[in-house]
Amino acid sequence: MNDVLIILFAANGFDKGAQGLAGAGRRLAGESGGSLRAVVLGEGAETLAQEVARVADAVVVADQAELSEYQPETYLNALAQVCRESKPRAVLLGNDTYSQELTPRLAHRLGGSAAGDGVEVRVDGDALRVGRQVYGGKAHAVLELKKSPAVVWLRARSFAPAAPRETSGDVTRAALDIQADTRTRVVERRREAGGESRLEEARVIVSGGRGIGGPEGFETELRPLAELLGAQLAASRAACDAGWVPPTWQVGQTGKKVTPELYLAVAITGASQHMAGISEAKTIAAINTDPDAPIFKHSRFGIVEDYRKVVPLLREKLKRVLGAGF
Amino acid sequence: MNILVCLKQILDPEVPARDFRVDAARREAEQGSANLVTNIFCENALETALQLRERAGGATITVLSYGRPTAEDSLRKALAMKADAAALVLDEGEGTPDPLNVARVLAAAIKRLGAFDLVMTGREAGDWGAGQTGGLLAEELGLPCVSFVDGIEVEGGRLRLRRQTDTGWELFEATPPVVVTVTNDEHNVPRIPKVRDVMMSYRQPLTKLTPADLGLAADGNDYYEVAELSIPQKETRCDFAGGDTLDEKVEAFARHVVEVTRGM
Ligand SMILES: Cc1cc2nc3c(=O)[nH]c(=O)nc-3n(C[C@H](O)[C@H](O)[C@H](O)COP(=O)(O)OP(=O)(O)OC[C@H]3O[C@@H](n4cnc5c(N)ncnc54)[C@H](O)[C@@H]3O)c2cc1C
Repeated sequence: MNDVLIILFAANGFDKGAQGLAGAGRRLAGESGGSLRAVVLGEGAETLAQEVARVADAVVVADQAELSEYQPETYLNALAQVCRESKPRAVLLGNDTYSQELTPRLAHRLGGSAAGDGVEVRVDGDALRVGRQVYGGKAHAVLELKKSPAVVWLRARSFAPAAPRETSGDVTRAALDIQADTRTRVVERRREAGGESRLEEARVIVSGGRGIGGPEGFETELRPLAELLGAQLAASRAACDAGWVPPTWQVGQTGKKVTPELYLAVAITGASQHMAGISEAKTIAAINTDPDAPIFKHSRFGIVEDYRKVVPLLREKLKRVLGAGF
Repeated sequence: MNILVCLKQILDPEVPARDFRVDAARREAEQGSANLVTNIFCENALETALQLRERAGGATITVLSYGRPTAEDSLRKALAMKADAAALVLDEGEGTPDPLNVARVLAAAIKRLGAFDLVMTGREAGDWGAGQTGGLLAEELGLPCVSFVDGIEVEGGRLRLRRQTDTGWELFEATPPVVVTVTNDEHNVPRIPKVRDVMMSYRQPLTKLTPADLGLAADGNDYYEVAELSIPQKETRCDFAGGDTLDEKVEAFARHVVEVTRGM
């Protein structure tokens, strides 16, 4: 009853998000005096389960044919079954698309309470509290979840990973009674070109905003700069909405939450909703024509200039340094 | 095809951080001089519905809001954008209703208003950003749900939904009725209604209900409560690249970049 259950998708592997989730789960289980359990869904779950077992007390593999790939209604049914059996105090998920989609519905099915985008989660007597940004990152709220179980998706990459245990947890296979639900069905998956390298894992990010002025600026100016720095490209919502770059590039409250060593914001104002996605960036730097742009209030260093003048020169200078054994 | 779009009126999310205040005791944001606006993702949903109606050569679009009396303005604007009908459930309670309360009220209102093939909400709202209304509403209605949708086509009585994922898109086939939550995309930037249409919209009928009319008691929040609300103070001192020429400034900036990337 005091257990914490984490939900993992085989397709994502034991990435930084999964590790952070296990870390958050382990600490919460410690506070509530329960064990840390995990359920791994999808094709290849067995392999991931072996890895997760090193940090969890028990792992359930849910990889039967109906669950080989994500379908929202089927996954929801399966997870509700797993949760009803193990009766956890809290269910934790990561911040991928599927986790965000499943969280409120799973809570509803279990008679629990949900919260999302948690950056802290703790047990406080009988209550479970979740800290998160609200008002587009302008404020921080602590929510007290009243129903049990608490079902929460976290900014998993912001949490320290769990330490391996001396003995691995038990791995068992779930026997679930899964009814085919054909009301909705994923019939095709399309990967964004370049979508295989993940923005969330990037160590350097070069990001462009509305001030870039069009798709050409991303291609001719930012892309070569990113290549030079071994960086990934990203964008503000304004640039995505304009159709200059794909939506998968969006960083912010409703985009990717990134954790790079360096985030270089080019022609981005720094609206709170954008900053909400980079609060865990180690160093933020900005290129902007407006000295009063809010982005500079969050930047360690910056330059007030037209990016079209700065970026070509910057590339030249970096190339020189790189050439000299960078 | 009958489409219902849920709209939420919120404090203008574009208010700059320096003008944003909270009442920590009430655990609510202060309105100050900020406007109330329709949540952008709800407008993305409405825009998606309007385009669907245009392409499908007909559909009825009803907009629904649960909110304060001022939420009528959001519904009027939606009528001016050419929604067909509007209904407001007046929130007479104190404080902000939690997501489950909202979903229960919306579900009861939807059942009252008719039978819908497609129920749409925004992916989340620009104020509390809980992102739960669509999912909880689907559960309350006993319907399937697809989130983060950015495109909808009708195909012989079925729906083809395109939704955004972390790495690209997924295409769904769905049999109505279904709930979808909508996200932004270059194609669903909301249209701007004509001023004249906004004025005219105030003459159109608008259904007003209370939770009591829907047989719901004002129970207060039993799902979650906001225990604390604060504004984090975090500003960094920015080292602006200085110099008399562009070259000197960029040189200074480049040195910083190299320093950070070398230290990784
Ligand atoms: C509910 C909600 C959720 C949102 N979620 C997100 C989100 O996830 N991510 C996100 O990014 N936004 C999000 N937004 C939008 C956000 O509020 C801002 O509108 C958006 O981030 C602005 O993008 P921008 O800075 O690129 O554009 P603008 O605000 O237009 O800024 C352009 C900047 O470029 C500078 N500039 C112009 N020309 C040049 C030049 N030649 N050289 C250098 N600088 C130049 C300007 O000085 C300005 O600072 C959200 C909004 C809402 C309401």
